Amino acid sequence: MANLIINGKTFTLDVEPDTPLLWAIRENAGLTGTKYGCGIAQCGACTVHMDGVATRSCGISVAEAEGKKITTIEGLASGSSLHKVQEAWIAQDVPQCGYCQSGMIMAVAALLIERPKPTDADIDEAITNICRCGTFQQVREAIHMIASA
Amino acid sequence: MNKHVSPKMNRRAFVIGTAAVGTGLAIGLDLPFGGPAVVRAADGSPEIGAWVVVRPDDAVVIRIARSEMGQGSLTGLAQLVAEELECDWSKVSTEYPTPGQSVARKRVWGDFSTGGSRGIRSSHDYVRKGGATARLMLIQAAADAWKVPASECTAANSVITHAPSGKTTTYGKVAEAAAKLTPPSDVKLKDPKDWKLIGKGVRRLDTADKTTGAMIYGIDVKLPGMLNAAIKDCPVFGGKLKSFDEAKIAGMKGVKQVVKVGDTAVAVVADTWWHAKTALEALPIVWDEGDNAKVSSESIAKWLAEGLDNGQPAYVGNKNGDAKAAIAGAARKIDAVYSYPYQNHATMEPMNATVLYTADKCEAWCGTQNGEAAFAAVLEASGLPAEKCDVHKVMPGGGFGRRGQTDYVRQAVIIAKQMPGTPIKLLWSREEDMAHGRYHPITQCKMTGAFDADNNLVALHYRLSGQSILFSLRPEALQNGMDPAAFQGVAQSGEAAFGYSVPNLLIEHAMRNPHVPPGFWRGVNVNHNAIYMECFMDELAQAAGQDPLEFRRKLMGKHPKHLAVLNAVAEKIGWTTPAPQGVYRGIAQVMGYGSYVAGAAEISVTDGNKIKVHRIVASTDPGYVVNPAQVERQIAGSFVYGLSALFYGGCTVKDGKIEQTNFDTYNSMRINEMPKVEAVMVPSGGFWGGVGEPTIGVAAPAVLNAYFAATGKRIRSVPLRDQNITFA
Repeated sequence: MANLIINGKTFTLDVEPDTPLLWAIRENAGLTGTKYGCGIAQCGACTVHMDGVATRSCGISVAEAEGKKITTIEGLASGSSLHKVQEAWIAQDVPQCGYCQSGMIMAVAALLIERPKPTDADIDEAITNICRCGTFQQVREAIHMIASA
Repeated sequence: MNKHVSPKMNRRAFVIGTAAVGTGLAIGLDLPFGGPAVVRAADGSPEIGAWVVVRPDDAVVIRIARSEMGQGSLTGLAQLVAEELECDWSKVSTEYPTPGQSVARKRVWGDFSTGGSRGIRSSHDYVRKGGATARLMLIQAAADAWKVPASECTAANSVITHAPSGKTTTYGKVAEAAAKLTPPSDVKLKDPKDWKLIGKGVRRLDTADKTTGAMIYGIDVKLPGMLNAAIKDCPVFGGKLKSFDEAKIAGMKGVKQVVKVGDTAVAVVADTWWHAKTALEALPIVWDEGDNAKVSSESIAKWLAEGLDNGQPAYVGNKNGDAKAAIAGAARKIDAVYSYPYQNHATMEPMNATVLYTADKCEAWCGTQNGEAAFAAVLEASGLPAEKCDVHKVMPGGGFGRRGQTDYVRQAVIIAKQMPGTPIKLLWSREEDMAHGRYHPITQCKMTGAFDADNNLVALHYRLSGQSILFSLRPEALQNGMDPAAFQGVAQSGEAAFGYSVPNLLIEHAMRNPHVPPGFWRGVNVNHNAIYMECFMDELAQAAGQDPLEFRRKLMGKHPKHLAVLNAVAEKIGWTTPAPQGVYRGIAQVMGYGSYVAGAAEISVTDGNKIKVHRIVASTDPGYVVNPAQVERQIAGSFVYGLSALFYGGCTVKDGKIEQTNFDTYNSMRINEMPKVEAVMVPSGGFWGGVGEPTIGVAAPAVLNAYFAATGKRIRSVPLRDQNITFA
């Protein structure tokens, strides 16, 4: 059993402590917006916030996540009002297949906490998620749109 | 913002006629007073022809048979229908009919296959007619109510107007009456010059849910009582499952059952996928690997190299004059050997399918590029007839050709069939996905070019040796043994025609099919053919002492559309003006999927092996551009996919198995490595070409030719990581 604080709610989940956080979120908490891409913290599709920091949830265990504030893509909006990254993603029509975009959006949202007006170099440094469809151009434009708002 | 209604797993997209009895679908056939049947959507709204449903509030639902997988054609196809329908675009949503419903209605929605950049170009005519038919029926219904001739009525933005009387009504108000009318048999489509919605870069219809985590992909499907399966197929292709020791994992948490999947694979079924995967990894498995375990990349390369020998048999795909004689008698000749490796699609979402099998029904929920092929796989693997099967398409996390195959659907059915009544979600690990792809085929190519005394190219011999996709996947499409698709981009004519005139030309293919299963990988055979031809074209230009662009232009007089896109990129990148200090340019062109494309790159190289791509310019002539914003994204995405393969890709074979296991050994470009792609659209009209794939053909050769310009070194094999060349 583990207690996880996800999107402001405490989940008591029947999982072994070494279960990757990703799978506890997806299968036990039932929040499927966070995606599995590689399982080895390479692709970033599973990115969530842990105490406000972008974290690849496939690479850390439930035991490590206990007591931390976890935010998933489902918890990014405030009620019915979308987060500014989500709004920019819609305005710039960023996603293609969209599978990597939960992780991409979470990574960008975390970057903007740290650097509200990121430069191209900041983006290059911080955003290392894989997108096989190749949406990078729209990702960059959407980030700049937010920064210049 | 319109919301694309993503197909919910337990939601009936709509109800269909009596042929569906037995599937549990409600019957939506309405036979009022002996008039034509009205088919109703799930909410009771009438269908106005198969492609359009109109709700009382004027909301329009457009049926889409092809699959959306990120390429944007769901939105493009809706634009095509809406253009002719003259409906209010802000009230448009879409839905997928299921393959079972389509079969029950004599394939009223046509082909579901979404590959070969075919989604729009192969269905534009009948979907536009679907929209036009509905418009005419709606107008007729209004005219009937007003007792005026339909010819005096017009429609725009879902409003029908009778100008002489000033009367107006809306689609929603006349939909019921329209649905009872007999559809007109002869509908005329708009002249392209009158298009209002086609050609506009309207936003996609399926974006919102992709930003909130709400979009349901195959991996997200949940059914009541569902269990999860993890699978291992024999890592040596063609090998078999010998035995497994299920007692060893019997006590592991969550494990429900261990099942054999055909002759080659074993799956663990558990409460969660994590439990299934953990137990599968602990399961002792013995494989019968067979003779293929002796095959390696080296043995394949040797076998393919033998095929380059002119003494070996080969199929001739394009020929004029006598290339061999002209080469023998030429003043000067050059030759070069190139190669291209296996590539995995590496869709972001690994293969998966969810299946519920009961004694009298088998249904699958999955991302697929071909709903009908998935349907056929369900029929075959379940043994049930068509009326007892169906496939519910959900958003695929990438396709790129991989999800045109149905191996994962078949496996899920085989597992579910062993546990009747329990829904089973089969999900491949990334490692399984890397080990069991349907790989971009492996080839080598020897090219010989010959010049006369004035440095004119008089002969070209292009000898390809390697794998045929059709041999493996569609042998019925071979022509007396020849794979016509092997000549994509260098073909004599058709949708992937060679763009140069050479007086003596011989393009041939020595087919050699290693045991690694090939598949249609974005761009397919255009990828390697464009690299071989366009890099060698640069070699020929250099040998002739001519500018690569000018050298090409001289050979392209009879190929004006190929030339036009080449000229467009040359102009945009500023080919005739000097590049910035330390920056070098490369250029390439090819035709594929009915479209003409060209690309140019500006790069700099540090220490001879670190490449920075500064600029990419790409032009395309697909005839018509339905949605320029989406075409632009496909062009840019093609570069990301193509350059990822060039720099980081390449699957190698050892002991009969693929060596790469995950993104750490099969990497993909990141945002810092990718410049903006400057897209130049030059649609010349009069034909319909694809856009999802052709541009990938020019991505690698544009960069490789720039690398030569920068370093004087020719790169003749892929990937660059094997040659210690990477991004700066």
